[in-house]
Amino acid sequence: MKNRYMTPLGWYWFLQRPAFRAFMAREATSVAVAGYLVFVLILLNAIGDGPVAYDRVVVNLKQPLAVFGHVLVFGAALYHSITWFNLTPKAMPIYIGEDRVADFWAAILMGYLPWLVVSAVVLWAVTR
Amino acid sequence: MARGATIKLDVFRCRPEDERGTFRSYDVPYREHWVVLDALNWIKDYMDGTLSYRWSCRMGVCGSCGMMINGQPALSCAVFLKSYYPNSIRVEPLSYFPVDRDLMIDLEGFLAKLKSIKPWIIHEDEKPLEAGEYLQTPGELAAFKQYSMCINCMLCYAACPVVGAEEDFLGPAVIALAQRYNLDSRDQGAEERSVAIDADEGIWGCTFVGECTEVCPKQVDPAGAIQRAKVASAKNWYSKLLPWGER
Ligand code: SF4
Ligand code: FES
Repeated sequence: MKNRYMTPLGWYWFLQRPAFRAFMAREATSVAVAGYLVFVLILLNAIGDGPVAYDRVVVNLKQPLAVFGHVLVFGAALYHSITWFNLTPKAMPIYIGEDRVADFWAAILMGYLPWLVVSAVVLWAVTR
Repeated sequence: MARGATIKLDVFRCRPEDERGTFRSYDVPYREHWVVLDALNWIKDYMDGTLSYRWSCRMGVCGSCGMMINGQPALSCAVFLKSYYPNSIRVEPLSYFPVDRDLMIDLEGFLAKLKSIKPWIIHEDEKPLEAGEYLQTPGELAAFKQYSMCINCMLCYAACPVVGAEEDFLGPAVIALAQRYNLDSRDQGAEERSVAIDADEGIWGCTFVGECTEVCPKQVDPAGAIQRAKVASAKNWYSKLLPWGER
C-alpha cells in the first residue's frame, strides 16, 4: 500500500498545545537540577582541597552572576518539584478501603509534607 | 442569532491517491442545538456527497466519530457549534493516524496493537459451566471498572506526541485496556500481557505528557493507568532482586 497522508509530528510539536509546553518545561527544568548537582560536586571537591580553595568558591558565590544563577536554578527546581508532586497521586493513588483519597491530599501526603519535613531538618542542621 | 445565520466549516479533504490534503470551506446553517457531526451530515446531504467520515451512535457511545476540531481531539457528536459561533471551525482527521479518506483514519494499526495485549479474560483453570459464574465483589469490580469504560475512540492517540513519534508505541488506550484485564480478579493473564506491556513500545515509551487523560471523553485516565503499570512493574523488578523474592 502506498504511503498515505498522516499529520506530521514536526520538531515544533511541543509548541502546539499548552499541555505540551508545560510538559517540555517540566522536562527542561530537570537539566537545571542535574546541572546544579555538578555544581555541588565542584563545591565538595573544593572542600576537599582545603579552606583556601573553599573560601575562594564562597567568594565567587557572592558574585551577582552566581546569585542570579542560583535564583534561576531555584525557580526551575521549584517548578520541577511542584509539577511532579502534583502528578504523583496519578501514578500512585492512595486508597482508604475502596475510596480513593483526593489527589490534592495525596499530593500533600506524598510530596509537600515530606518536603517540608526534610527542609525543616536541613534548616535546623545548618542553623543550629 | 440572526435568522438564516451560517457558520463556516473548514474541512480537511484527502483522497487515497493524494500526497497531502486540502481544506474546503462550507457555509452551513447555524443551529444552536447542532453538534459538529450534524453540520457534517448537512454538508453530506445538501452540499457535497463525497465527504467521508465515520459516525454511528450520535451519543458518545460508539467511539467512531473522533476528529480534530480546531486542533483538539474530540467526538464530533459531542461538540456544539455554539461553542465556536460566530468563528469558523476547522475539522481534520485524528492526528498521527494514516488517513484513508477525508476524515476517516486507518484503524488497522490500532486494532493490531489492541489484539497484541489479549484484551479478554484469561483463566488459569477454566471452570466447567456447571460450576457457575466467576463471582466478584463490588470492590474487585471497582479496581478496573474505570478502564472498562473505554470506547476505543482513539482521541487519546491523537493527543499523544509519543504516538506521533513512535509508530510502534502501543499507546494510551491499549495500555489502559491491558490494565483493565490485569486488575480484574477473574483474570490471570498479566504475565502473558507483560511481554507487550512491559516493553519500550509499551509502558516505558510513555513520557507522561498526560494529555491523553485530558481529552478522554470517558474519564478512563489512560495516563494514570500507564504510570500505575510502571510502578507495579518497577516494584516487581525490585522484589525479584531480594533474596526471598520470586524469580
Ligand atoms: S482511553 Fe478514552 S480517549 Fe482513549 S480510546 Fe478509550 S475512551 Fe477514547
Ligand atoms: S457518533 Fe458514536 S461516539 Fe460520536
